[in-house]
Amino acid sequence: MIYLQLLWVFVKIGVLGFGGGYAMLSLIQHEVVDNYAWMTTTEFADMVAISQMTPGPISINMATYVGYTAGGFFGSLLASFALCLPSIVMVILIIKLFMNKKTGSFMGNLLKGLKPAIAGLIFAAGLSMMNSQNFVQIGKGENNISIVICVLAFVASYFFKANPILLIVLSGAIGFFVY
Amino acid sequence: MKIAWQLFSTFFKIGAFTLGGGYAMLSMVEKAVVDKKQWIAADEFWDLIAIVQSLPGVFAVNTALYVGHKIAGRKGAAAAMLGAIIPSIIIILLLATIFKEYRELPVVERIFKGIRPCVVALILAPSLRMIKSAKLTWKTVIIPIATVALIWWCKVSPAIVILAAIGGSTIYAILMERKLKRTENKEVKP
Repeated sequence: MIYLQLLWVFVKIGVLGFGGGYAMLSLIQHEVVDNYAWMTTTEFADMVAISQMTPGPISINMATYVGYTAGGFFGSLLASFALCLPSIVMVILIIKLFMNKKTGSFMGNLLKGLKPAIAGLIFAAGLSMMNSQNFVQIGKGENNISIVICVLAFVASYFFKANPILLIVLSGAIGFFVY
Repeated sequence: MKIAWQLFSTFFKIGAFTLGGGYAMLSMVEKAVVDKKQWIAADEFWDLIAIVQSLPGVFAVNTALYVGHKIAGRKGAAAAMLGAIIPSIIIILLLATIFKEYRELPVVERIFKGIRPCVVALILAPSLRMIKSAKLTWKTVIIPIATVALIWWCKVSPAIVILAAIGGSTIYAILMERKLKRTENKEVKP
């Protein structure tokens, strides 16, 4: 049963995941945390951090991690494969049927139209993670460090395009020394 | 068979050593496939990427499939795709197993207490940069706002929101195409 659920969830994400790994965050979060409760919101945040810090495609990293948590070794293989399945089908279709520049420009326009919505989707995933589980004990003096870390990391990432892995390592170091 | 094996090992190396996800892998793929091995000409490669980029799914996997297929057909596609994802699967399986074991340790918990708010920032920042780069007008700025409101506030399933957005974007893409045709016709007539 769990295998069927994993297959269904990640095929769906593979079909609807326009715009790269980050765009899939909202979809994965909705299924994994809200729908099936395979992970808590803190586990989800930790999973995103680990997926970001390891080499390879972030979405494959996330699928493997979720699959492992929900269904062990076979779950992880199944989830990654399920995520790739729509791509495989699409490649076959496009190569056989209509791979040319014209459809390419149409798809490009489609993606351009999708971009604002994708950005909103990613932003919503971030907002949903801003909760008391991930931001420890907001409102009690010293513990507002969570907010400080978040603001600093945001500024460093948005304005200075700082390396995300470096930011994760630094935040981890702050956590180690402060808590 | 030899070329399929070479494709596998090329993508395996890229998958195992490139940090920063699919887009970071792209320049490594270009270096390997266009510069070093000279399997594909540069312009052909970028034409391919332009199409791949607009498709849903895992960008690195799509790239591997197309490049692999271009070079060595079905076998090549399979070899390149497996090469791109197997390192991820191995590394994450190892890490997830270790992390499951040591997650409860106070030291690990302290480190991750620091990391979690950073992850939130690392998600919010690129989404805002994306909104900025989309050059929204006063009319279109409602799209990201509505998306956030629907998902975060009304708890609508993101899948439904994406489907609606795809519907809207398809209309947009058709209109853009008509506009293009009209301007082309105008140029031809006089």
